[in-house]
Amino acid sequence: MIKAILIFSNQGKPWLSKFYQPYSEDTQQQIIGETFHLVSKRDENVCNFLEGGLLIGRSDNKLIYRHYATLYFVFYVDSSESELGIFDLIQVFVETLDKCFENVCELDLIFHVDKVHNILVEMVMGGMVLETNMNEIVTQIDTQNKLEKSEYLIPHFDNHDRE
Amino acid sequence: MPAPIRLRELIRTIRTARTQAEEREMIQKECAAIRSSFREEDNTYRCRNVAKLLYMHMLGYPAHFGQLECLKLIASQKFTDKRIGYLGAMLLLDERQDVHLLMTNCIKNDLNHSTQFVQGLALCTLGCMGSSEMCRDLAGEVEKLLKTSNSYLRKKAALCAVHVIRKVPELMEMFLPATKNLLNEKNHGVLHTSVVLLTEMCERSPDMLAHFRKLVPQLVRILKNLIMSGYSPEHDVSGISDPFLQVRILRLLRILGRNDDDSSEAMNDILAQVATNTETSKNVGNAILYETVLTIMDIKSESGLRVLAINILGRFLLNNDKNIRYVALTSLLKTVQTDHNAVQRHRSTIVDCLKDLDVSIKRRAMELSFALVNGNNIRGMMKELLYFLDSCEPEFKADCASGIFLAAEKYAPSKRWHIDTIMRVLTTAGSYVRDDAVPNLIQLITNSVEMHAYTVQRLYKAILGDYSQQPLVQVAAWCIGEYGDLLVSGQCEEEEPIQVTEDEVLDILESVLISNMSTSVTRGYALTAIMKLSTRFTCTVNRIKKVVSIYGSSIDVELQQRAVEYNALFKKYDHMRSALLERMPVMEKVTTNGPTEIVQTNGETEPAPLETKPPPSGPQPTSQANDLLDLLGGNDITPVIPTAPTSKPASAGGELLDLLGDINLTGAPATAPTPAPVPQISQPSFLLDGLSSQPLFNDIASGIPSITAYSKNGLKIEFTFERSNTNPSVTVITIQASNSTELDMTDFVFQAAVPKTFQLQLLSPSSSIVPAFNTGTITQVIKVLNPQKQQLRMRIKLTYNHKGSAMQDLAEVNNFPPQSWQ
Repeated sequence: MIKAILIFSNQGKPWLSKFYQPYSEDTQQQIIGETFHLVSKRDENVCNFLEGGLLIGRSDNKLIYRHYATLYFVFYVDSSESELGIFDLIQVFVETLDKCFENVCELDLIFHVDKVHNILVEMVMGGMVLETNMNEIVTQIDTQNKLEKSEYLIPHFDNHDRE
Repeated sequence: MPAPIRLRELIRTIRTARTQAEEREMIQKECAAIRSSFREEDNTYRCRNVAKLLYMHMLGYPAHFGQLECLKLIASQKFTDKRIGYLGAMLLLDERQDVHLLMTNCIKNDLNHSTQFVQGLALCTLGCMGSSEMCRDLAGEVEKLLKTSNSYLRKKAALCAVHVIRKVPELMEMFLPATKNLLNEKNHGVLHTSVVLLTEMCERSPDMLAHFRKLVPQLVRILKNLIMSGYSPEHDVSGISDPFLQVRILRLLRILGRNDDDSSEAMNDILAQVATNTETSKNVGNAILYETVLTIMDIKSESGLRVLAINILGRFLLNNDKNIRYVALTSLLKTVQTDHNAVQRHRSTIVDCLKDLDVSIKRRAMELSFALVNGNNIRGMMKELLYFLDSCEPEFKADCASGIFLAAEKYAPSKRWHIDTIMRVLTTAGSYVRDDAVPNLIQLITNSVEMHAYTVQRLYKAILGDYSQQPLVQVAAWCIGEYGDLLVSGQCEEEEPIQVTEDEVLDILESVLISNMSTSVTRGYALTAIMKLSTRFTCTVNRIKKVVSIYGSSIDVELQQRAVEYNALFKKYDHMRSALLERMPVMEKVTTNGPTEIVQTNGETEPAPLETKPPPSGPQPTSQANDLLDLLGGNDITPVIPTAPTSKPASAGGELLDLLGDINLTGAPATAPTPAPVPQISQPSFLLDGLSSQPLFNDIASGIPSITAYSKNGLKIEFTFERSNTNPSVTVITIQASNSTELDMTDFVFQAAVPKTFQLQLLSPSSSIVPAFNTGTITQVIKVLNPQKQQLRMRIKLTYNHKGSAMQDLAEVNNFPPQSWQ
């Protein structure tokens, strides 16, 4: 089971944090900080798997991360997930983001956090992998977005109101 | 009230903040605006506000006042609102807040909504943060959705079901019928989540596991299709068709095949196929191979397949990609127990990984290296491991040192090598050695008698230069204290003996005492060592006296106590000094199972200069008695009572007892007098298993009469007998001593002796006073082992005080009933 998914910048600023186990807000922030600490020390050509930090279960949980340009994508998993599988999953996630946002960059993630959440929700649910087929996910997201837009075709609200 | 700003605006504003304080200020301002907007109950802008609130929450600012707003959004009719509302619920709420229960009704309605996306949202939220109460309420809805034909909903329902099962395991059966045709789906998403659901059910309940074993052929077929189907663009990842599904199926196969020969056999072919056909150039292929290898190792696969698996792992080890090497090392660690020889072949590669720069790989390699050490490769491996110890990061040193000690203890080729290795570890990683290793080392050194001189010499040289590493100093101080005379006399055979004077030795010990780096434990060691040297050294006794008296006023209480006591030894008890400070005897070797168990052997930091108490030889140790008791009281599987039914007393009880008595004697000859209509019960022995394991029941059924063994001067001793079911040569005799005189008998001791072919065990009596006028009895249990089934005879001796005088009597008991020994 996936315990947490984090995306943060090279400076440690969180752009997305989703926890699949109940942690208090303080603990969440501490976990983010600790993770950044562990991951930023890593060299470019070492392996992408680490033991979890103190706060998130030490050796039972593993940290699987990928570094794309200015962003770190970190998945915390326990022993029931295959490390290499999750490694691929991160890649699929990023490719899906790319398709949804058209050449995604860091700013897209920063300004459209809720959209990123919506995409993530279609991929991972309750800590378990739901769907890995990129096209399927993109189709669903498009349909839902259309549904949203249709609710706002009522005249006196403009389309970007909710953002 | 102006319209609240959009999320995008907020983010832009926050990004312009240059300091943390500025950011905090902006956020606080916005929070206030949001709060007043919430108070106005503004429906139009609510979702905008909540979106902003979620963003601020992510940055770490408190957002709990938005929880109720999320609930209002969920209850709204608009999809947009619901989307943000559910997202907020997932991020802000969890089962610890009471508010979350209010969602239950909304979710229930939404699970039955006409729009599939709303249903999807509801399922998702329930699956992420549903508490056990919510799950219980909504499980029925989830189960219904599990059977729908809409694949989008079906896959979400499957994962939601997994969450429900995790929270409320009792509901697992409820989902069983819905799983019947889950695997017949074409949609890969549904297949994937179904496999997850099946995996979860199998892991939780062995019944389910047995039930789902019949799915193995179907799973094998699906996997085969995936591999053989060629290029399918929608599921393709780097040239391999839906690797995620493949990995999941392999994992489920692993769980199903564990400990089951039939399933394992059904899987053998497909596993071999996957193992040989998968392309390994990309990570994807390696992920599948890795999973395959784990599956092969876990199920009861044939040996050819296992060799294939280990070879794949070996190939992984040589791969350039660090990730692959990491997983290879991890899985080799798992398999080293079962396939030790196969893993040995890759030992050199593993040892090379010790030199890798990557911390994770080094750790794995270190653990694996320790697992691979055996008698043959100990010298080579130890060289590598010591080199590793020298150069590794501090976080490894403690584990490495403990591992080295353990390995050295198990496989040391010679004592000298062992001691050298220990010395090397102490000098290189001295401060990281665990505290419990010190007593263990001391014991080891004591046991290698011929190496004492060599050891003490080396230790002395080691601390001459540097006495900051505490464990090293402690061991050295202890040894110098014990074997200082060998050191000074220059007797070492193994090495060039060095010339050391008594003063020099005392110098070093004193500097340890004075040094700031020594802990109080180390100081204690040093002081005791100095004291011990007072008997071993000849010309420096005065100096020692002086040192010891100085510490009589030390601030450290422990040191002070020791010094004062040693002072007293010098002054008042000088005659005892040499005896007390004698050489320590060889300590008992207690086998250690692991570094954590070392602490039990010699917990004391200072070896007590007292003689070890000899184990009490008087009353028999009761542990043996307990074993016998266990034998008697334990479960019997074949309740065959060896007593013959010949002289069964007819008055043993009512018909019931007779009946039971007969069934008990199933092993006895069929000449049992009373008819037994009951034996038609199938397997009667099982019915009576529980009953017959009680010795009391034995007594009634076999009816061994009790005897009066002794009756004289008002003292009567009665024997009652019991036979053991499991061991027919054991007879348990309970003696009861009663006193009919008008005065108590005190200090009563009962002793018994039996002929040589018997063995006797006396347990402790209930008391030693036999009260007068038969008001009470002393009971004592005797166990007699009679393997040759000879006639029981016993000689007893009674001693007690009665009427102010000591009484003693000897008697022989010959009237044992035949049932008690036959």
